[in-house]
Amino acid sequence: MEHRRSGFSFLLTDRGGQILLGLLLAAIILVPILNLWVPESSPFHMSTFLVGLFGKYLSFALLALSVDLIWGFCGILSLGHGAFFALGGYAMGMHLMREIGDRGVYGNPILPDFMVFLNWKELPWYWYGFDFFPFAMLMVVLAPGILAFLFGWFAFRSRVSGVYLSIITQALTFALMLAFFRNDMGFGGNNGLTDFKDLLGFDLQQDSTRVGLFIATAVALALGYALCRFIVSSRLGSVLVSIRDADSRTRFLGYRVEHYQLFVFTVSAMLAGVAGALYVPQVGIINPSEFAPANSIEIVIWVAIGGRGTLYGAVLGAIVVNYAKTYFTGVLPEIWLFALGAMFVLVTILLPKGIVGSVPAFDLSKTFLKKPEDATDDGREAAGGRV
Amino acid sequence: MKTISTFVGSLLLLLTLTLSGPVAAQGFDELVTDLSAKSFNAKIKAVEKVAETGDDRAAAVLRAMLEGRLFERKEDGKVFITTREGRAYVLTDPLTLKEVGQVKSSTLKKIKVNNRLRGVLNGALGSLTLLSKDPVKRASAAEAVFKNRSADDIPALEKAMERETDAGVKAKMEMALAAIQLTADSPEEIKIAAVDVLTGHPTPEVRALLGGVVQSEQVESVAKAAAEALSDIERRLAFFNAIGNVFQGLSLGSVLLLAAVGLAITFGVMGVINMAHGELVMLGAYTTFMVQEVFRAYFPGAFDWSVIVAIPLAFGVSGLFGIAIERGVIRYLYGRPLETLLATWGLSLILQQLVRSLFGPTNRDVGSPSWMSGSVEVTGGLVLTYNRMWIIFFSLLVLGLLLLVIRKTAFGLQMRAVTQNRQMAGSMGIRTGYVDALTFGLGAGIAGVAGVALSQIDNVSPNLGQAYIIDSFMVVVFGGVGNLWGTLVGAFSLGIINKFLEPFAGTVLAKILVLIAIILFIQKRPRGLFALKGRAVEA
Repeated sequence: MEHRRSGFSFLLTDRGGQILLGLLLAAIILVPILNLWVPESSPFHMSTFLVGLFGKYLSFALLALSVDLIWGFCGILSLGHGAFFALGGYAMGMHLMREIGDRGVYGNPILPDFMVFLNWKELPWYWYGFDFFPFAMLMVVLAPGILAFLFGWFAFRSRVSGVYLSIITQALTFALMLAFFRNDMGFGGNNGLTDFKDLLGFDLQQDSTRVGLFIATAVALALGYALCRFIVSSRLGSVLVSIRDADSRTRFLGYRVEHYQLFVFTVSAMLAGVAGALYVPQVGIINPSEFAPANSIEIVIWVAIGGRGTLYGAVLGAIVVNYAKTYFTGVLPEIWLFALGAMFVLVTILLPKGIVGSVPAFDLSKTFLKKPEDATDDGREAAGGRV
Repeated sequence: MKTISTFVGSLLLLLTLTLSGPVAAQGFDELVTDLSAKSFNAKIKAVEKVAETGDDRAAAVLRAMLEGRLFERKEDGKVFITTREGRAYVLTDPLTLKEVGQVKSSTLKKIKVNNRLRGVLNGALGSLTLLSKDPVKRASAAEAVFKNRSADDIPALEKAMERETDAGVKAKMEMALAAIQLTADSPEEIKIAAVDVLTGHPTPEVRALLGGVVQSEQVESVAKAAAEALSDIERRLAFFNAIGNVFQGLSLGSVLLLAAVGLAITFGVMGVINMAHGELVMLGAYTTFMVQEVFRAYFPGAFDWSVIVAIPLAFGVSGLFGIAIERGVIRYLYGRPLETLLATWGLSLILQQLVRSLFGPTNRDVGSPSWMSGSVEVTGGLVLTYNRMWIIFFSLLVLGLLLLVIRKTAFGLQMRAVTQNRQMAGSMGIRTGYVDALTFGLGAGIAGVAGVALSQIDNVSPNLGQAYIIDSFMVVVFGGVGNLWGTLVGAFSLGIINKFLEPFAGTVLAKILVLIAIILFIQKRPRGLFALKGRAVEA
């Protein structure tokens, strides 16, 4: 790891990543075939509902990846990453609202329905430009990025860290949730943005569009994974890990800890924004409940269950937990919260390294699993029992 | 001026009293019998006479007459108030207001009412409530007169003022009289005197009235006096408004304090992030609900005591849950604050769902004991509710007791010792694991007690705790970790800032602004208002 590498060599030593990328490639090839070309009568046919569901899981996986990047490799536990996800989603939602044009209920070519309903006469200035797809895509990345940069700049510069940072990120997403619930914010209030018609001229109800979105999400996840792997296997990545394990020591060695933290936090927020933008057209709605603090904490448990500090573990965790959620809420809705709660408790106590770190078959890379808790352990653990 | 008007008023009253003297000598029963007179003119006279008695029974009789429930018994011409039950009528004696039996409709004759009589009845009922025995009714009658401002009410009002013994109600009557005098056609000096009277009662209603007078009054001296009075009242109202805001802020602050003080122990003293704290508060609220159910079923007479009984029980229930959480989960996670946060969040989900499965997702009804309900109107629309005042008092009491426990008891000493130096404390023979469990139990128990208080002002539902958890963390972080005084100052200042922002920004925006302010504040002072100094900081 110490020697310089070039090109894509950072992926060559990453077996878990190779498997993940291989699976994604297989999905990109198989899903269109199974959905579009295999006839519906065949047992191998994959319904469009399933395509949308897996597409949703993959966007969650990208979100989990962004959390693992900062939590697993830099020790920043953000309990507000849902905010960046939702901001990216809102940016995409605003574009989709403008795409509706005069096909809305009120038939207003400029104003989205909810604005007509609220008797607004003009488009607010911050809605300008969202009818232009590249601008909207830029905002998908920039809106969360700028917020993360400003927030991180304040937070890391004054060395707010650990639990304090977690609590104020939670307050951040809570404040945003309250703000987006207000009608006069101009983002649809309680109902959010919905009733989308098409994206870039493709009808969102069409099977082929759904498959296209799935492929886009899978590609984004693959690229996101490669980016994260590139960051963590670079020299910068080594500094991040040292900040995670001993931030004071890293500072004393002459590194500007806050710069590294700010960089990785902003990149992570942008990834979360992309995940949100891919999520919204697949589920067809974005509303303020995406900002709920509970959602953000749930993301963390995906990462914890998969195995923090491994990247592919986060992807695995997001898919496993969300599959479990779909299953339980369908079969035994009452049980789901018990199961989720129990997962939080059991995983933190019994599986501190997650599935990837605890099941030998998944344990593909030991490099980044240097027991992150060692550094913060001040001996209380031993004394926690009877002394 | 004031004395002259009261003097004139009492003279007038004396006159009316002497005039009505012989009427009053006539018995109430005879007057009631007169109500069944044949002609409507005679009925009107009878109604007026009944009303003049100011008797408590009069209102019931006249209201029954107005509603067509007053009947005459055919055999002896006696008058009864009736309520229909199927085909029969239940008779109520107007003299004793007690039920005397059931009869068939054929034995009764209805006492008819026409529109003219209805008008007289309505007027009589209005002035009758001014004479009612119940001061609350008299006060609301005076307020109604103030709103209507009809010159016809003056005689009744003056009569009522003469009899009035309650100073508060009398002041309301004076206001009503002054308001009528000011808006009716009265001489200049009486109007100015009325303005004088009104200046003594700075309420929003008086401000509105004077505002109208300043606009419309022709006589210059009166308009000028009214304008002066108006500015005076506005100044005082602004002052009361500020006091009201402070009270509201203190009240919100005390709620935050109660919710946060337990957190200050677990987070501040032990360094444990307990995300299930809100759910421990919720358990306390549900304990109150259960206690009240028991009281409703078995001791309905002692309902006022239910909240008092609930306090130790809620402390016990939440405290035991807390100890179980500490022994079952948290002790395996000491020194790993982020993991503790996640595990306790999981516990909070489980507790929420547990309560939802047991009690249902809807709000449960928790009553207030009589000594906590109601309010006191200080002056000028400044209303302080008793339950809020009790909660302010209660939160300070809890904080005081907690400080006492930490500073003066052996357990408090051990707790501080373990916090400061665990290994040394262990070497001195303190059972650190035991102290950990009890400390966590103490914090959890206080959360339960907070739940009892919150059940009095908020909806008791499985989500109760969620509403407070972020705010209480903000209080602890803002006030400074590990310092109960910081929690006190943090809670009250956040409450007051919030309430002062609300009129300008609205409830939601005020909350957002406060959150942003705290986020910025943390940048400046990462360890809160009252930061621990020295070695403890790095612990």
